[in-house]
Amino acid sequence: METFLHQVLSGLATGGIYASIALALVMIYQATHLVNFAQGEMAMFSTYIAWSLIESGLPYWVAFGATVVAAFAMGIVIERLIVRPIADKSELAVVVVFIGLLLIFNSVAGFIWTYSLKTFPTPFSPTLIPGNKYLTSHEIGAMLITLLELGALYVFFRFTSLGLAMRAAAYNPVSSRLVGVRVGRMLALGWGLAAVIGAIAGMMVAHVVYLDPNMMTGILLYGFAGALLGGIDNPGGAVIGGFIVGVAENVLGAYVIGTDLKLSVALVLIVGVLTLKPAGLFGKTIVKRV
Amino acid sequence: MALLIAAAALPFFVSDYRTFQFTLVIGYAVTLLGLNILTGYNGQISLGHGAFFAIGAYTAAIMMDRWDLPYWSTIPVAGLTCLIAGFLFGLPALRLEGLYLALATFALAVATPQLLKYKGIEDWTGGVQGIVILKPSAPFGLPISPDKWLYLFALAVALAMFLMGIGILRGRVGRALIAIRDHPTAAAAMGVNTSLYKSLTFGVSALYTGIGGALSALAIGFVAPDSFGFFLSISFLVGIVVGGLASVSGAIFGALFIQFVPNIADHISKSAPWAVYGVFLVAFMYLMPTGIAGALQIAWARLARLPAKTPL
Repeated sequence: METFLHQVLSGLATGGIYASIALALVMIYQATHLVNFAQGEMAMFSTYIAWSLIESGLPYWVAFGATVVAAFAMGIVIERLIVRPIADKSELAVVVVFIGLLLIFNSVAGFIWTYSLKTFPTPFSPTLIPGNKYLTSHEIGAMLITLLELGALYVFFRFTSLGLAMRAAAYNPVSSRLVGVRVGRMLALGWGLAAVIGAIAGMMVAHVVYLDPNMMTGILLYGFAGALLGGIDNPGGAVIGGFIVGVAENVLGAYVIGTDLKLSVALVLIVGVLTLKPAGLFGKTIVKRV
Repeated sequence: MALLIAAAALPFFVSDYRTFQFTLVIGYAVTLLGLNILTGYNGQISLGHGAFFAIGAYTAAIMMDRWDLPYWSTIPVAGLTCLIAGFLFGLPALRLEGLYLALATFALAVATPQLLKYKGIEDWTGGVQGIVILKPSAPFGLPISPDKWLYLFALAVALAMFLMGIGILRGRVGRALIAIRDHPTAAAAMGVNTSLYKSLTFGVSALYTGIGGALSALAIGFVAPDSFGFFLSISFLVGIVVGGLASVSGAIFGALFIQFVPNIADHISKSAPWAVYGVFLVAFMYLMPTGIAGALQIAWARLARLPAKTPL
């Protein structure tokens, strides 16, 4: 029972990371109906920026803040330069461009920072919470950060007029434009926010999986699984989906299939959800007009 | 025809190592034709064809290593195995459109190395170690090296596959595939059985890819899980985009590209090949969405028009 509880709790800790990535994917999907295959690599790249800043002697939280700003700018630049011109092209073109972006980020990171594994520091000292026998301080800290971030996003989208404008732009661009919402700007803002969410997830997970250019591939896959499980058009659902995937991965990995088939869990989940219940647990069924 | 003779004569003018590289090109070309049938002609985006390539390669390796079967017999079996595997994967994939299919196959590509390492099938696949197979030597005591013989063998297989591919795509079936890609509802209304066509296309595409995989396994003489990762599937995508989507000759240009460009770029730095791939993917989508084959066709059309215009 002890170990089971431990597995569930540390599943929740990694689930927080998947939930963040899933949320970033859903935000972009809702606004533009694009699936950002480069989401993970953007997060990885931001994490490397944070690593460089910390290595150069900045305190952790200063580097954290600077990285968040850099990631935000990166998201906006990508939206303006790459995404906007292809937004109305075929799905194949969109997928190809995002895969291209993934490769570029991956190889540029490999070029600048090499492919060797790097340790990434954690701001949470082991003595942070005494007597925690199930989780490390980093896991607890990462979970708190994730929850804080999700809470802040909820408040932002629910209670501020900018958040309302962003939701409107995603939901119905034409009418929003008519009532004076700058739709293009809102989309760019959405990309910036998604990049920030990814960057924070990357900085939290890098301490656990070590920093290397390929660290996000598996995490992105679990993020996809979480987003699809929760419903790709439902941000709250995606977050819950991310947590479920985290727990399922940990528990199944520990008791049923072993660690060497963990990624296949994501494959089975993705294919299973898409086949049996394409709208996910909390999503709306989309009826397309022909 | 002249090209074909040139291709057949090629191994007698270059070194064994170059011949080996061109054998790989042939394997890739067959694979890319398969992926192009699915993605270019039928509009079903697959990012996971590395998995079928792996199944083909492993089928060939297991047949030769574990069961001592002759190398030529592995090609049809690899094709058939992949036809079935592709058809089965294509059935649930039927319900997925566009981006979702890309997502599912992306997951397949990422999970493939892990699946190949799975302990339960280690007796067959050799686990992480993979399988080493012997390169077949030329029959009837022909005085040519194994590399050259294998090249000619691969060329013959590829020729058959390309002729079959052209036959499929030029006819009624090809038009049905394109109709499904461009307007599925209208295609269904015209009496095209879209679900049957789509899952069969998945199967046929996997068949080509499996044969490509078997050919390259024979050429390399070695299969191991980590050579069939996510990036292999991405190379195939790069190949069809650069070569030309929905074009048969594009498969050949694409195969040449993914075999030789990374080698050249590798001299610059270890990460350069992937950077080149990434830049080419993005740039081709913006500037040359029809790929090399399309660009050549346009250039040819312009050249052909020129003399007709000058008298005026």
